[in-house]
Amino acid sequence: MTTTDAPQAAPPPTASRRIGDAVFAGLARGSGLLILVILAGVAAFLVIQAWPSLSANTANFLTSTEWEANVREAPAFGVAALAFGTLLAAAVALLLATPVAVGIALFIVYYAPRRLASVLGYLVDLLAAIPSVVYGLWGIGFLAPRLVPVFGGLTEHLGWIPLFSGPASTSGRTILTASIVLAVMILPIITAMSRDVFKQVPQGHREAALAMGATRWEMIRLAVLPFGRSGVVGGAMLGLGRALGETMAVAMILSPSLVISFDLLQSGNQTIAAHIALQYPEATGYGVSALIAAGLVLFAITLAVNMGARYIVARGSKEA
Amino acid sequence: MSSTTTRPSGPETTETVLRHASLPRYFPAALLACSAAAVAGVLLAFSSFGVVVWALLTAVAYVVITVTAAARVEGGRKATDRFVTSLVYGCFLLALAPLVSMLWTVLRSGFARFDGYFLSVSMNGVLPSMDAGGAYHAIVGTLAITGMATLISVPIGVMTAVYLVEYARGRIKRVITFFVDVMTGIPSIVAGLFVVALWIVLFGPGRTNGAAGAISLAVLMIPVVVRSSEEMLRLVPRDLREASYALGVPKWRTITKVVLPTSAAGLTTGIMLAIARVIGETAPLILTAGSSAVSINWNLFDGQMMSLPVFIYSQVRMGGAVNYERAWAAALTLILTVMLLFFLARMIGRAFAPKSTR
Repeated sequence: MTTTDAPQAAPPPTASRRIGDAVFAGLARGSGLLILVILAGVAAFLVIQAWPSLSANTANFLTSTEWEANVREAPAFGVAALAFGTLLAAAVALLLATPVAVGIALFIVYYAPRRLASVLGYLVDLLAAIPSVVYGLWGIGFLAPRLVPVFGGLTEHLGWIPLFSGPASTSGRTILTASIVLAVMILPIITAMSRDVFKQVPQGHREAALAMGATRWEMIRLAVLPFGRSGVVGGAMLGLGRALGETMAVAMILSPSLVISFDLLQSGNQTIAAHIALQYPEATGYGVSALIAAGLVLFAITLAVNMGARYIVARGSKEA
Repeated sequence: MSSTTTRPSGPETTETVLRHASLPRYFPAALLACSAAAVAGVLLAFSSFGVVVWALLTAVAYVVITVTAAARVEGGRKATDRFVTSLVYGCFLLALAPLVSMLWTVLRSGFARFDGYFLSVSMNGVLPSMDAGGAYHAIVGTLAITGMATLISVPIGVMTAVYLVEYARGRIKRVITFFVDVMTGIPSIVAGLFVVALWIVLFGPGRTNGAAGAISLAVLMIPVVVRSSEEMLRLVPRDLREASYALGVPKWRTITKVVLPTSAAGLTTGIMLAIARVIGETAPLILTAGSSAVSINWNLFDGQMMSLPVFIYSQVRMGGAVNYERAWAAALTLILTVMLLFFLARMIGRAFAPKSTR
């Protein structure tokens, strides 16, 4: 019995092993696929819930600037002003943040004392840990009042540039203030991506430049920046994606109105995300559905920007 | 460019040395101190001292003098190099300014109202303008919502990471990795709207509760957990897995008994950082968990639930002086919580770091 049992006893563990392996592998694969399902679900549910208001909309959704959605019938709303405000705030933030972020990345990788570098990098990462609502509170409670005289000076001396035309806001709650706060918020992302790619510059390239007698800046210009360009661009686009979708800082700082205006120093403009957060508690009738439609536009924009960024980063690291 | 200067290196011989004339090594530090002092002196003389103006003028004076001096002594290329060096240092200091300013403002303004009373009472029955009330209900809500979000996203996130590291090959792996990256970029308000849309389909319009908030946070948290766990699992040496297989241990036992325990510290660190990331999310909670709750609510499935970030936001929207004091105190509570999580994450990571130096 026992001798014949031994060979027969072998299959049961194999079977249980197969079951255990199958169950565990299934769970793991299920989790992975669940992520795809969630992402598809986000898009699907937004479309389903946006549809009623979009089909009832009496204005052109993409070109209209009005927002008369809190009604039971015949809503009229469009995202033109909101989309413009979103892009404007994010673009200004990007322009402010990218050069500084590249500078910080260069500082941490090539300029800071070797021992301090990681600690200093950690300090910059700390900026990413601060909740966005605290940024908003700081922006409206601290920064905005202190920027009012600066804005006054800007309109006075640089008012001939269309962006800075007056009269400047007396509360400081302008798109430029919001953009400055957004710029601080996206600094850590751009810095992290640039830092990673600057670290990967082959030592041979750098030493070759230095051996030719290049100064540190010439070495960076000749060896580091060309190599790191894709990382910087990718990081900047990830930062752009974050700035486009950022809600609280803008909702708390900006004094909104649905206009399309390049005046950075006057109150006005509004972003999609902040508009949703501000309007949602009071939304009635078609209101919620219309806000979901606006959210769908934001989702599409950020999705495109993020996919572009990932593509650029991936291509850059493949070339490297 | 490469100028040769003769310098006496001994009493009787003069030899030609190939080297630049260069500014002394202590030049930058000395110049910075001098210009800071000089600018401070001038500003004080005009009695218009302000930290920002002082820092700006000092920087300008420093850069101008450095570049001019370097251009005269060392030549144009060195001057450009010094100019860029000052710019790069300036960028870093510029980034520290908002960090320091923010932490300082939150600390100073937050301590006005940050005490045991604030942390232990809710806003139930307190009018917004009354000099009373606290954030206890918001702390309860934050704990409950973040806790549930963690319970949802950790199993999904870690299992996805296991799948990506141990099982997935080829196309499906690339697709999932790509979409996890894409999911990292979902704006938080869109995650909130997703749950709003889902809730309307499932339960009809106008239902807000803590569970909805937790799910929207989980959508934001899952990709963060996946990315950090993936990195940690990849750090587990191949030898450990192969030793286990060689003993005849099935794959799933190898993962649960060898791979996951080995990387437990790293996984915990990553999860703590993910919690720290979502605990401050505001926008999705305004949409899903409501923004007007005033009383303590431990029930995730019934009724509005306040949370610390939403508490800050709603107090700011009310706009009075007392409201701002409450907002700053709540911000201090939130930042201290996040810092604590970060600190714990570092401690755990350090205490349980694998001993091997591979």
